[in-house]
Amino acid sequence: MREVAIIGCGMIRFGELWKKSLRTMFVEAALKAIDDAGVDRIDALYVGCMTSGLFVEQEHLGALLADYLGLAPIPAIRLESACASGGVALRQGFLDIGSGNSEVVLVGGVEKMTDTDRVTDGLASAADQEYEVFHGVTFPGLYAMIARLHMEHYGTKREDLALVAVKNHKHGTMNPHAHFQREITVDQVLASSLVADPLRLLDCSPVSDGAACVVLSSLEWAKAHGKTPVKIIASAMATDTLALHQRKEITTLGSVVESGRKAYAMAGVGPDQIDFAEVHDCFTIAEIVVSEDLGFFKKGEGGKAVREGLTGLDGKIPINPSGGLKAKGHPVGATGVAQAVEAYLQLTGRAEKRQIKDARIGLIQNMGGSGASSVVHILEVV
Amino acid sequence: MPTQRHWREIPQRYRLEGNFCPDCNRYFLPPRLVCPGCGRKELTPKKLSRKGKIVTFTVIRVPPKTQELKTPYPVAIVETEEGARLTCQVCDCEPSELRIGQEVEIVFREVMREGKTGVIMYGYKARPV
Repeated sequence: MREVAIIGCGMIRFGELWKKSLRTMFVEAALKAIDDAGVDRIDALYVGCMTSGLFVEQEHLGALLADYLGLAPIPAIRLESACASGGVALRQGFLDIGSGNSEVVLVGGVEKMTDTDRVTDGLASAADQEYEVFHGVTFPGLYAMIARLHMEHYGTKREDLALVAVKNHKHGTMNPHAHFQREITVDQVLASSLVADPLRLLDCSPVSDGAACVVLSSLEWAKAHGKTPVKIIASAMATDTLALHQRKEITTLGSVVESGRKAYAMAGVGPDQIDFAEVHDCFTIAEIVVSEDLGFFKKGEGGKAVREGLTGLDGKIPINPSGGLKAKGHPVGATGVAQAVEAYLQLTGRAEKRQIKDARIGLIQNMGGSGASSVVHILEVV
Repeated sequence: MPTQRHWREIPQRYRLEGNFCPDCNRYFLPPRLVCPGCGRKELTPKKLSRKGKIVTFTVIRVPPKTQELKTPYPVAIVETEEGARLTCQVCDCEPSELRIGQEVEIVFREVMREGKTGVIMYGYKARPV
């Protein structure tokens, strides 16, 4: 495999973007990324999008978006792995360049979620339709069942979950691209309406529109053309049963453990060497479980770690400096790529007020469903 | 939903007809063609026990469209006597009294109906005992 790097990024501010269509959002983010990278060639386009078919009845995004970017006839495809669609698109770009097939690739993610009144049903299609969704369980419901068991087994407190949201909202105030740029308090989280006990509205990432893009090239090409590369030193993906109830463990996400293990092995680093992580906090409990399953904390101590401030910007391992899905927003297909945008900004010293001092190695983790897929990338300053 | 989509799940939804791998002693609902544990393809048909206990649960307050009239309603992961697990609603109970480890029986109930004139779909729910 050749060495692969990110050489530019771009995203639009996430939010309820009623004036912008899916294609407009994507093209705006893509043009920013291409401009940031300063490239005049794109060999292929990979787009992560979960369910444009259900949300806006538009499939065939590869050709549509290549066309509207003026990039046709380049090869262009859309990749889907539920909420991990952006992460798998990034991985596809990595593999394409690593294999020597392409030299410069545009990777993007996009989701238009506010043009439909069936968001809950659309998102539920990432779970087992016949054996979970049929019975009326929703995504907040699945993560709520993980949360209840985590609290029962490990003594994680209801307030610990709230502190994840409080922290990520605080980080969001420092990110001009975040959907929410205001702080919230533990009391506000605990007073927000119940969605699926014990999870409340402010435990949940929002329904957002948005798009994010990065430009990748081989490290050799980046250096030869005077770019600012951040090297992708690991790309790993793993899967698990789609249905939560079929897993051996409910409070451990096997796909996260496995994708993390493979990524650490590929990069030759361990969790102790990671300077910051962007992880998939679709619900507050998800950040706690993932922080344990990636090895940042022992199993069952993720809640305590948040309580002790270990995951804040000045903590032992800053988690979700961008504000995470919770505050930055969660346009599902865009999320995995937006994590790469944040990592690129952090590792090139451009993260402004939320800049993590001396950050050299960052990890990004994006997952689909209740953890049936997980993608991990590790990035390093060159 | 096309009628046949529910119809072909009837053996599982009405009668808990799954299968199990004698090598791994793992049970599957719906039945699988290959054991994910060992790759064995000759799996033994097996109706699951209707006795079990609650592994974890929630109460759904923002429902999918199909369940709007029933909200709020509890949903649980239930483990049957033989160790198989399934997700279903919990019926005939006070949601605030549910607890992890509670014993339940799996009963035949209406799960959803398609509007005023569509198919009524039956399946399983858990009832505390």
